[in-house]
Amino acid sequence: MQYTLLILALPLLNFIVLGLVDSKWKPKVAGTIGTLVLTIVAALSYYATYEYFSFHKVNGVFEKLMPFNMEWLRFTDYLHINLGILLDPISVMMLVVVSTVSLMVHIYSLGYMKGERGFERYYAFLSLFTFSMLGLVLATNIFQMYIFWELVGVSSYLLIGFYYTKPSAVAAAKKAFIVTRFADLGFLIGILLLSYFTKTFDFEALTSGNASVFAGFTGVSFMGISVLSWAMALIFIGGAGKSAMFPLHIWLPDAMEGPTPVSALIHAATMVVAGVYLVARLFPIYDLYTPGVLHGIAYVGAFTSLFAAIIAVVQTDIKRVLAFSTISQIGFMMVALGVSKMGGEQGLGYMASMFHLFTHAMFKALLFLGAGSVIHAVHSNEMNHMGGLRKYMPITNITFLIACLAIAGIPPFSGFFSKDEILTAAFQFSPYFGALMTFTAGLTAFYMFRLYYSIFWGKEHKHQHTPHESPLVMALPLVFLALVTVFAGFIPFGELVSSDRVPFHSELDLTVASISVIVALFSITLATIFYRKESKIPSLLATKFSGLHKAASSRFYVDEVYLFITKKVIFNNVSRPIAWFDRHIIDGTMNGFASTTQWGSLKIKGVQSGQVQQYAYVFLLGTLVIAALVLFV
Amino acid sequence: MGDLMTTFFSGQVPVEAYLGVSLIMFFAGVYGFLTRRNMLMILISIELMLNAADINFTAFNRYLFPAQLEGFYFALFTIAIAACETAVAIAIIINIYRNLTSVEVGNLDQMKE
Repeated sequence: MQYTLLILALPLLNFIVLGLVDSKWKPKVAGTIGTLVLTIVAALSYYATYEYFSFHKVNGVFEKLMPFNMEWLRFTDYLHINLGILLDPISVMMLVVVSTVSLMVHIYSLGYMKGERGFERYYAFLSLFTFSMLGLVLATNIFQMYIFWELVGVSSYLLIGFYYTKPSAVAAAKKAFIVTRFADLGFLIGILLLSYFTKTFDFEALTSGNASVFAGFTGVSFMGISVLSWAMALIFIGGAGKSAMFPLHIWLPDAMEGPTPVSALIHAATMVVAGVYLVARLFPIYDLYTPGVLHGIAYVGAFTSLFAAIIAVVQTDIKRVLAFSTISQIGFMMVALGVSKMGGEQGLGYMASMFHLFTHAMFKALLFLGAGSVIHAVHSNEMNHMGGLRKYMPITNITFLIACLAIAGIPPFSGFFSKDEILTAAFQFSPYFGALMTFTAGLTAFYMFRLYYSIFWGKEHKHQHTPHESPLVMALPLVFLALVTVFAGFIPFGELVSSDRVPFHSELDLTVASISVIVALFSITLATIFYRKESKIPSLLATKFSGLHKAASSRFYVDEVYLFITKKVIFNNVSRPIAWFDRHIIDGTMNGFASTTQWGSLKIKGVQSGQVQQYAYVFLLGTLVIAALVLFV
Repeated sequence: MGDLMTTFFSGQVPVEAYLGVSLIMFFAGVYGFLTRRNMLMILISIELMLNAADINFTAFNRYLFPAQLEGFYFALFTIAIAACETAVAIAIIINIYRNLTSVEVGNLDQMKE
């Protein structure tokens, strides 16, 4: 399957070409070429997926393929960084997700970004992102993953700050980059710890379950916790940064400053699930050696999920609602991984997490693209500038509704199946956990339908000009993703992706399914009562629980806490003294050297007059002195 | 001193006499080199110093190694080289004079910096 190399090479080539020609080509040409290349990449990915799942099952186990692997940098005989391509069920599944959503976003952007300044630049960045993300999922070793991880961060930065004349976009881009980079520091330290003791970067060696690899860790501990646990926890911090887990989630809502298709691609479907993918990739280590860390991941995921869902209920910017919804759903995936174990039925959570990753990528991309379509029509992100749009935008309305039903977990839409597996796994782990996640799922249904009704139903807002349905290039991706959302639930996911790569058949747990459907329907009914027609209940509730409402609207003041810590504590107490020391002591010393030398050279400059007679006079005096010394001393 | 005078007038010239002459010539040259501002005068001073050295060569050869001739030849070489050097120096001085209409060393600072 050597041709998988093309899947990586084409977007990179595309980025270089589009980046170099910049505005020398007509925008339309650049966009079309970008989209065509992505179509080829997507076709190759689909073919690779088909070939992998059809022909690479040996004795009932999907094999791990490395069609390409070369040594790139050698440190020692053990420790060398390779670059290559690893194909196994999760990476192939991610190939499909990334290339599909990326292709849809490429097509959609032809309409959405039409006439924007820097259209070619936008497509070049999209290609760069696609390349980095594909490299990340295909990485054969943890260091390659780290390299592409950072590339993903950079391209995300570039795309969030695409409207670089807008100060808020620039600030958001910086925030996203700094927060994720800060988290990546943990990732890097984790990698170094892990590779120092295991003497390998290779995923194959790390996750094969071979205990001798981890022999170096025996008896090494730090602050009472084994170093392996530290390493795995630090690696998870990197994942938590990219996947916006509490308390590193603050960058994601702000990242909505970027163009909406970018939010769909990066901040809903692909980049933000990189953390989930990372944990899934290293899952055997988490499960076998550090179950404590794995449980920690489950708790972090559950808390983030609930926390973000509560905030999403009161946000008024539609993209922010979707952003918090994304955070919440990624929390679900983390929970599923956290409660899972290796192998067969025990690995239900792992499978559920990957399944939810897949379905969520599709319907969340759909939601974002739908929101983009709405924003395109009314030129505003605010909920109360919308309302009653269903008459003007029928396609957007129906596709958005399908996505909402899917995320709310209504059968037969895809979200129902994946979320149900997660809830089943959570109930198996602990009933309290299951109940908590079911409650969060109910909240999800509520806020999604609040969003839906506020946009498409409710009181009609007076528009400057009549909103219109989006052009075909924008409607087409919506319809395609909606179709995927409707049918993806029937994919027998357990047969394809599982924790030990052995296919297993997962049955729907009817009790859990009926509970979750009842909860979802109840929430939807509530939302219908509250928001379908204008109603006083929401504002009444808001005044009644004004404390909670205010706190949730301000996102529980997490940003303020960060600002307090960075500006007041770190800047004032650490950075300023250090800056003073640098400016006065270090620069002062160096400047002192320079001015002393200058002063000295000015003083002795007169000696070198160029008058040979003067030199001869000095020379003669010197000779006389030496002669006197020789003679008389 | 009386001793020296006796030998001097008895027809045999002692080596100290030659050395005395050359010493006086040499320091006259040094003095001229240091104090004169005219380039021609400096050149003459240099010639004085060279000739003082020549006298030393010949005198030492004659008194210390009478059987050999290296000192004389060395003196001859020095005279030849001094002639060349003077020719070059005069050429330079003439050129400077054409440019500056002066041969004072104090005025020669256009090439500085």
